[in-house]
Amino acid sequence: MAVLEIRDLHVSVETDQGTKPILRGVDLTINKGETHAIMGPNGSGKSTLAYTIAGHPKYTVDSGSITLDGEDVLAMTVDERARAGLFLAMQYPVEIPGVTVTNFLRTAKTAIDGEAPAIRSWIKDVKSSMKDLRMDAAFAERNVNEGFSGGEKKRHEILQLELLKPTFAVLDETDSGLDVDALKIVSEGVNRAKENTHLGVLLITHYTRILRYIRPDFVHVFVNGRIAEQGGPELADRLENEGYDRFLTDEATV
Amino acid sequence: MTISAPEATTTKLENTGALGYKKHTDGGWGLVPIQTRSERFASTDVTDFPAVTGREAAWKLTPVDRVADLIDGELDGSEYDITATEAAGVSIEWVERTDARIGSAGKPEDRAAANAWTQTEKALAITIDGEEAKTVRVSRATLGAAPRAAHVVIEAKPFSRGLIILHNTGDARLTENVEIVVGDSANITVVTVQQWNDDAVHLASHFTTVGRDAKIKHVVVTLGGSVVRINPSTHLVGTGADVDALGLYFADSGQHLEQQVYVDHDAPQTRSRVNYKGALQGAGARTVWIGDVLIRQSATGTDSYEQNRNLVLTDGTRADSIPNLEIETGDIAGAGHASATGRFDDEQLFYLQARGIREEEARRLVVRGFLTDIVQQIGDTELQEKLQDAIEQELSRTRLTDGN
Repeated sequence: MAVLEIRDLHVSVETDQGTKPILRGVDLTINKGETHAIMGPNGSGKSTLAYTIAGHPKYTVDSGSITLDGEDVLAMTVDERARAGLFLAMQYPVEIPGVTVTNFLRTAKTAIDGEAPAIRSWIKDVKSSMKDLRMDAAFAERNVNEGFSGGEKKRHEILQLELLKPTFAVLDETDSGLDVDALKIVSEGVNRAKENTHLGVLLITHYTRILRYIRPDFVHVFVNGRIAEQGGPELADRLENEGYDRFLTDEATV
Repeated sequence: MTISAPEATTTKLENTGALGYKKHTDGGWGLVPIQTRSERFASTDVTDFPAVTGREAAWKLTPVDRVADLIDGELDGSEYDITATEAAGVSIEWVERTDARIGSAGKPEDRAAANAWTQTEKALAITIDGEEAKTVRVSRATLGAAPRAAHVVIEAKPFSRGLIILHNTGDARLTENVEIVVGDSANITVVTVQQWNDDAVHLASHFTTVGRDAKIKHVVVTLGGSVVRINPSTHLVGTGADVDALGLYFADSGQHLEQQVYVDHDAPQTRSRVNYKGALQGAGARTVWIGDVLIRQSATGTDSYEQNRNLVLTDGTRADSIPNLEIETGDIAGAGHASATGRFDDEQLFYLQARGIREEEARRLVVRGFLTDIVQQIGDTELQEKLQDAIEQELSRTRLTDGN
């Protein structure tokens, strides 16, 4: 059984004002097939955790470890992590001018699998996934993220999730900026991926809204760079009613 | 009693020097530099131009020592071998330098172009007629390494359509003038591709006049050659005239690739779009782009935009990018310019790598995508595929080093 383990992770970022510590000792274990929601107020370090797992060069790991089935993830390059089975659905995916979605998807699939996909079944897979995500066929010929609306960008991220079939996916605020219809479509995509590949999901969100459509097995509350409380789905319901104030006051008195 | 106005002083403060006033000296050079692009000196006679020092506006970014023989020296101005495809409505012939078309689109503004004009014996004339779309390819592959002059005239008859590809390969030490006359309501594309051998030197001035409601897409693609300098100037003389001036260049170590682009909006309702993109890799790779746009007082309702983007792939390269915009009327639809020179966008690389794509391949995808934008607009599948392959080859030549 595949497992992603994060142990006592400390991460900082360089700013104009000097080095700023963001993660202050994160411990988290995600087994394949499980869905973990990470919830927390703005600035608590949720996105930093997501980008650190993916290996963004902006973040420096000061101590601690991330392992995937015992393999040291922190020693891997960004692309090695992806090929090892990690996937990050980004909150603000960038435009790649002149590179079409079709070309990009095929290149990524080839890189992940180590060989080019069989052309017929690949085209069929892409078409049916796009249809499921209510994406127009013309979408495939557009340049990656160029002129995409917020909702189109998120659908395109989930399209990749479905096609690249990672073992673990980190979804960074995939719900932000989506209207309820788009949120349902995107959530259905994640649930399809869970059903088809039994991947582990780390769902990062500020609001409980997406948890109505993607049911978490575990909920972790992230405050000031570490996990302040954890529990089952009922914790999300409590946060829905109470907000994060309770944790913020606790933190202030420490 | 009458009240008279105070007597006018005949002595101005600046002449007396009182209170520290003094007359502006214009730098004390005794001459004022040319203030508008349209007043630049032009002549077809090389002896009208002073010797080139390398400090002139037209030459200051060019390695003049590497092209001295083309600026001053003796040139072979005779016919040369070409290969051309045939198409209905297209005629290609050698004409005398006294042909009426010669000089109809413009005159040299620098000494190398004038030197070519003065020493050319025969000109290559390409005539496009007929409203059906057609493509003609004219290749020069055997010009040789001796200094040579050339003159090309392309005439697009009124209402004609066509795509003309001038493809340059092999050795060359060439200075030339290319005139393009776009008749009323004609719609043509002219593509000049430079895939010269590594030692080749090529200086060219293109002069285009665009008639009423006529349209030209002018594309300069330069990949090979030691020093290649192509200066296309487009004169929008007819109401509603339209130009898309596109360029793509890829400079490797030691290559100097330059283009001075000039668009002269002379008539109302004219439109121009200038878009040049370049990539640089390897020590000493050098590119120059100067984009002048002039909107004359007569050119009301014009719409113009020019941009240049450069992608720096390795250390040790230099890209000059100089947009100039002169506007003489307030009544325009739009005018703008943009210039950017930068390294890889780290976020683009991160995004691609986060999808499993190796760094080297991610860099290639980004560069290919950056340049493809121009290639896609050429409108000829065969050439587009050739150029994509050529860009791939350029990219495989050097390892794309880390930008940091």
